[in-house]
Amino acid sequence: MSYFDQFSRLFADYDVVGAFWVNIQLTFWAAVFAFLIGAVVALMRISPVPSLRLLGGAYVHIVRNTPLTILMVMAVLALWTQMHITLSTDFKQNFFNFAVAMLSIYHAAFVCEAIRSGVNTVPLGQAEAARSIGLGFLPTARLIIFPQAIRGAITPLGNALIALTKNTTVAAAASVAEASVMMKKMIEFDSDVIFAIFMTFALGFVIIVIPVGLITTWASRKWAVKR
Amino acid sequence: MSTQNALFDAQGPRAKRLTRVFNIIGALVIAGIILLVLVRLERQDQLTWDRWAFLFTGDAWAHLFLPGLWGTLKAAFLAVVTSVVFGLVFGMGRLSPIGPIRWVCTVVVEFLRAVPVLIMMIFFWLWLGHTSLINPNHLPFFAVVLGLTLYNGSVIAELVRSGVHQLPKGQSEAGLSLGLSSGQVLRMIQLPQALVAMMPALLSQFVVILKDTALGYIITYGELLDAAKRLGAAHSMLQALIVAAMLFIVINALLTTLAQWLSRYLSHRVGVRAKV
Repeated sequence: MSYFDQFSRLFADYDVVGAFWVNIQLTFWAAVFAFLIGAVVALMRISPVPSLRLLGGAYVHIVRNTPLTILMVMAVLALWTQMHITLSTDFKQNFFNFAVAMLSIYHAAFVCEAIRSGVNTVPLGQAEAARSIGLGFLPTARLIIFPQAIRGAITPLGNALIALTKNTTVAAAASVAEASVMMKKMIEFDSDVIFAIFMTFALGFVIIVIPVGLITTWASRKWAVKR
Repeated sequence: MSTQNALFDAQGPRAKRLTRVFNIIGALVIAGIILLVLVRLERQDQLTWDRWAFLFTGDAWAHLFLPGLWGTLKAAFLAVVTSVVFGLVFGMGRLSPIGPIRWVCTVVVEFLRAVPVLIMMIFFWLWLGHTSLINPNHLPFFAVVLGLTLYNGSVIAELVRSGVHQLPKGQSEAGLSLGLSSGQVLRMIQLPQALVAMMPALLSQFVVILKDTALGYIITYGELLDAAKRLGAAHSMLQALIVAAMLFIVINALLTTLAQWLSRYLSHRVGVRAKV
């Protein structure tokens, strides 16, 4: 059987695209929530308020050093089974929501560090110059600091998005039927075409991830702040 | 740590008052969150002593946590060694003056960096099972190490490449003008300096390796998470998983601290800025 026949058989027998669609949905929702949480935590960490800095710092250090797999298992076996917390009345949607929650919590720590490193790329002189022409705190932040900080954060944020996309496969540990679960099932039933199956899923991720990387590089160059 | 950054200027009396107010509000919010979690745990009867007592028995540690931790550390340690070797070989390949070697290494590294580690682990686990090259009992271990090596090895290859590119151009020019070949310049002049400069980033990558060994749980490798889950199934899941997470946090925090210390120490020693 030629390689082409193998691939076309796999796509005819299994809903490969549907499995990847789950990963894309996980990526989208987790990216939105991770960005929101990450932005709040980043603000806490750069604020001059000691208690908020402590909270933000503790969040980042705890979450960043915990394996995502433990968070996923915790969601299903501890939060749902043991603590009776549900995120949806629908059985399958509940697992999906837990996976989104855990991906968001985990990647928020990396988003926070990306935003913080973006703010750190802004030289102190920019703020001093803004003050000296009479701008107050909010105008300085809105007009001078954030436009530069966002441009400096493009590359680390893009890297966080790529990591998130690949980590959606870990949702398998929270019983979400996504690409890696589909791959395992396909290999178990059609082990004679195991390489074609692996290449299908590997290239699927390459096709999703590499454009994100290219766009990030392009955007960070286009909007780079000349200093 | 200084709070000085571009966003927040040195504070006057009014800003100091505001900070104090926000500090108290922040402290109240933290206390509120902790209280809410505790109430929630208490309602589900999770705070009674017999839900925690099993964690402090010798059996739990001798038969589950410590063997699990050993499984994690064993896979992580071997993966660190093989990833560094893989990274050096492919990093040098990407810097090779010979076109085809450079292209092949670039394609391999970019491909492996884009594929999720779990996909590789599941593939190796099932594929090695079919080839029956390896004792079935050791299958998950080899699949975990192979998956971690290929992914983290390519990340390290990128570190090697960018480390060499960040060196001052004079280093390679001086080497070439002494009559060394480009291969000798890479091996004897550039790599040793690049490796020192990339040490902190390398240590941060070891944290990633250690965390990703937990993926082995999905392919039935007997590591810390697996051990905690088995202990939790017999006693109480939440508490057992918290201990496993804490063990990971402590080890990773130590590695991160070492990386930060090394980065500060090395910034005095090398020409290029060492970054974490």
